[in-house]
Amino acid sequence: MKISFAQGVAMAISESLAADSRLLLIGNGFVGLNMEARALLEPALREFADRILVAPVSELALAGAGIGAAMAGQRAAVDLSTGSFIFQAFAQVVNEAANVHYMSGGQTTAPVTFCSLAGMRSAGAAQHSHRIQAMLGQVPGLQVLVPGGADDAYHMLKWALLQSQNPTVFISHALLLGETGELTPGAPMLPVGKARIRREGRDLSIIASSITVPRALEAAQSLERDHGFSVEVVDLRSIAPLDRDTVLKSVAKTGRAVIADECHRSFGVAAEIAATLAEEGLAYLKAPVCRVAVPDVPVPFSPPLEAELTVTADKIVAGALKVLNAGSTMRRPV
Amino acid sequence: MTDLALDKLYGFYEQLWRIRLFEGHVQRLAAKGEVPGFPHLSTGQEAVAVGVCAHLAANDYVFSSHRAHGHVLAKGSDPYATFAEIIGRQDGLCRGRGGSMHLVDAANGVMGATGVVAGNLSLAAGAAWAAQALGDGRIAVVFFGDGATGAGVFHETLNLASLWQLPLLFVCENNGYAEFTSREEHSKVAKVSAFAAPYHLPAETIDGNDVLVVNAAAAAAVRSIRSGAGPRLLECMTYRMAGHYVGDAQRYRSKEELAAMKEKDPIDRLRAHLTQRGEPAAELEAIEKRVASEVQAAVERARQAARPDPATVLDYVYSQPLSTTAEA
Repeated sequence: MKISFAQGVAMAISESLAADSRLLLIGNGFVGLNMEARALLEPALREFADRILVAPVSELALAGAGIGAAMAGQRAAVDLSTGSFIFQAFAQVVNEAANVHYMSGGQTTAPVTFCSLAGMRSAGAAQHSHRIQAMLGQVPGLQVLVPGGADDAYHMLKWALLQSQNPTVFISHALLLGETGELTPGAPMLPVGKARIRREGRDLSIIASSITVPRALEAAQSLERDHGFSVEVVDLRSIAPLDRDTVLKSVAKTGRAVIADECHRSFGVAAEIAATLAEEGLAYLKAPVCRVAVPDVPVPFSPPLEAELTVTADKIVAGALKVLNAGSTMRRPV
Repeated sequence: MTDLALDKLYGFYEQLWRIRLFEGHVQRLAAKGEVPGFPHLSTGQEAVAVGVCAHLAANDYVFSSHRAHGHVLAKGSDPYATFAEIIGRQDGLCRGRGGSMHLVDAANGVMGATGVVAGNLSLAAGAAWAAQALGDGRIAVVFFGDGATGAGVFHETLNLASLWQLPLLFVCENNGYAEFTSREEHSKVAKVSAFAAPYHLPAETIDGNDVLVVNAAAAAAVRSIRSGAGPRLLECMTYRMAGHYVGDAQRYRSKEELAAMKEKDPIDRLRAHLTQRGEPAAELEAIEKRVASEVQAAVERARQAARPDPATVLDYVYSQPLSTTAEA
């Protein structure tokens, strides 16, 4: 069946509420869900109203309550709304949730999921456009899920809500909500922690995640159609855990890598992938890697200014052509 | 209050001493450089921990602050494992990963101390929600200092606890100082209990240095919370006889102030009460001596305990490790 990313999110929440009576939902706004998705969610919100807590604008307390409930044997999902608002809850997410298992020497765990709608969403300006995955990738103890398609949105959120034993930040992207994908009901999920090869290719690997997955696929098609290159697209699916092995295997095959990432260029997800390739994959590289990421500037409001920063398929193509044409300049290690 | 059974009073006397002597060892060994980090002592505040924990079952949840040693001991945790944690040993409650500010003894309901002022409040609300959902009769108690009332999350959590009618007892240990700053200097609100009224949370301010007063107030509060009547707040006026942390020069307090507070020492006051009731001084001294040798033995054993193996430093990051190794 064909579902949208938003429907995948709604289905995962509804089905999880029905499947596990321990699951507590703190906040139920789920900003950005379209009418179709909301229609899928509403019956569950009514049926399990006793496990859905009406939430004031108190991100710190809500995040903490989710953590505490999870530590005490329940499971919790906290709707933190727009990705940038996780900063209001950072003290609890980063300094409590991520640390409780480690600091207690393994005595306590907090299987809580923080739901967050992040990303450059078109005119969100500087305060509603953050991509939070790279910052959270700096926090050992957290799982950071960044699905790039409807199938993964459904499967990975359901996994976080029902099966994960660790605190998880589930990051949807505002512009992914309408993306559709094929979902086979009952089919097993590719385990969390594995990257997915979205498209196979021989000449170049594009490493993508979240919103850059559909854009990388579009770029790969145009590189093949217009330039005759065979391009592989690796969808990371999660930042923590990070599947370095699949990235290295792909680059071992293609010898060239473009990393498409909506985080800021410095210290972003792309930087981590580039560092991995430099440390462990240098021998595979026929050309320097290229990061197609967002310049280090707050996201502006006016659409033409925002567009200047957006990681588009066209920019990924341009980065790919640079890498594909740079082969002769790379000195190969002996 | 005075008709409390004698064995209960003796129990309090013993517990007050256990905490006092334990903290004394922390202070002594910290001065010698044997305690890594910066421990915060609860010396002088023992009556709050003892009086409140007297009404908790082992499976009731306790969340504590950076000044947690007393709460953990009053809840019944092993002094050896507690001390071993404070000096970073493998046998410590948290295998040396937490230390003084992050003591956890989950099997004993001590869900965690936090090194961040006010960091524990909303976690306790979540645990209280879980207890309510499970209907297992547990309650949650959160200890915090008056400094925590300056944090927004204190107010957020009061609102949530009231809104959701949680089985949660807020216990403020008002020792007059937020770290190094006296209450008058950091807030126009003199009483912490005053913050509770707007949220429709019953609250009272009590003498936190009289274990009998704390005991009675905690008994009533816990009874009410267990009956399903929602959260309550106890503000216990107490005094931090030590500095904010071991080594704090305490330039912000006068000698007169310190001397006046010595007269409010919770141990002296319980001793006076027992003596008044005709209990022999020799009996009380014997208790003190017995507890002293117990604590001494636990501390010495902890000092001999092994340090954690550096090769285990990556353990416990995730409770469910996820494989990122590609299938062959």
